Amino acid sequence: MNDYDRFVLDGRPVHFERGQSILEAALASGAYIPNLCHHPEFKPHGSCKLCTVKVNGRFGSACTIKAMPGQEVASDTPELNGIRRVLLQMLFVEGNHFCPGCERSGNCNLQALAYDLEMLTPHYQHFFPARELDASHPDVMLDFNRCIMCELCVRASRDFDGKNVFALAGRGTASHVVVNCPSGKLGDTDFALSDKAASVCPVGAILHKRVGFAVPIGERRYDLAPISAQVPTQQAEEA
Amino acid sequence: MLHVAPTPARKKVRIATTSLSGCFGCHMSFLDIDERLIELVDLVEFDRSPLTDIKHCGPCDVALVEGGVCNAENVQVLRELRANAKVLVALGACAVNGGLPAQRNHLDVGDCLTRVYCDRTGGKVPDDPELPLLLDKVYPINEVVRVDYFVPGCPPSGDAIWKYLTDLIFGRIPRLEHPMLHFD
Repeated sequence: MNDYDRFVLDGRPVHFERGQSILEAALASGAYIPNLCHHPEFKPHGSCKLCTVKVNGRFGSACTIKAMPGQEVASDTPELNGIRRVLLQMLFVEGNHFCPGCERSGNCNLQALAYDLEMLTPHYQHFFPARELDASHPDVMLDFNRCIMCELCVRASRDFDGKNVFALAGRGTASHVVVNCPSGKLGDTDFALSDKAASVCPVGAILHKRVGFAVPIGERRYDLAPISAQVPTQQAEEA
Repeated sequence: MLHVAPTPARKKVRIATTSLSGCFGCHMSFLDIDERLIELVDLVEFDRSPLTDIKHCGPCDVALVEGGVCNAENVQVLRELRANAKVLVALGACAVNGGLPAQRNHLDVGDCLTRVYCDRTGGKVPDDPELPLLLDKVYPINEVVRVDYFVPGCPPSGDAIWKYLTDLIFGRIPRLEHPMLHFD
């Protein structure tokens, strides 16, 4: 390791490979930067802004900024964690996130991040939007109440599965994920349980049928350890 | 014979509790602090609460509010607690974000009532003036009054409630961390 292949993250040197983003390099080194829309196999999206860091004093998304020598990156600071908490609160009030009734509870990245950043309340006025449920597919259920529009399913289906099943429609607050077929029903597409898109959802919007609540409370992924303490497991699983 | 000077009695913290649009699960969880209840009676006394059956709240130090706000009576009770309590705590998922009762929020309340009382049985929607008026939506309590602290969980565990309450009583900044902080 020399000065040309490392940057400084929260005062500690982090090694990077040429072409890696700050987030990729940090995760590879075992350091956690909160993120929701990042996936190591897909092109960076930079939409959730949870990975916002300060690079040499300027705000930026760690998933889209390439790691470079000489960078001084601040991530785990009260200021940035406060901003991230606000982003999470806005995500929570924008959808219908009722954790007690959600199959994904305990295995949900949004929830785990909220725990990690000690978000005790969504704070803002709730939207309580009316959103669709789609149970037309034999193996997968869609619950758009919990969708955070990270576009992981859109990217997985388009870039990885080559099926282009999902798309984002509408603009601004009217943005929503739709199923790309005339009826708009997942059951009328060639979507399959084995698709990458079926297992990339970080929240409980794309659910596998007949497996809900299989793992008892206390043994679920984020019951065991906070999301920030699971970086190596996360890396191994996603690779 | 040894003379032991009586220790000055510590002023007890006065606590009011209520369940608005909740299932009393958070109150049951409160009782889950088990034998620590004995420790608690030395530290606190209860004002309005299902435990005392006092109907109206007087001046108190802490108000623990379970449940969201779903009808006019809830609003009245919540405002009375806010007016009397120095510190108001939202206890549990329903108080924090409306919880499961808030799942009716994308439905029209008039439609709900007609479906339940009229369509199936041919009856009419109950209109006894004693019945509190339903609100259009179930609201988290912080959308109705100012809330000082939030304890999420459905319900928060006895340990979490104990930790939060003792932090408050002893003047520490209340804090919940993994694994006590959970939303379900």
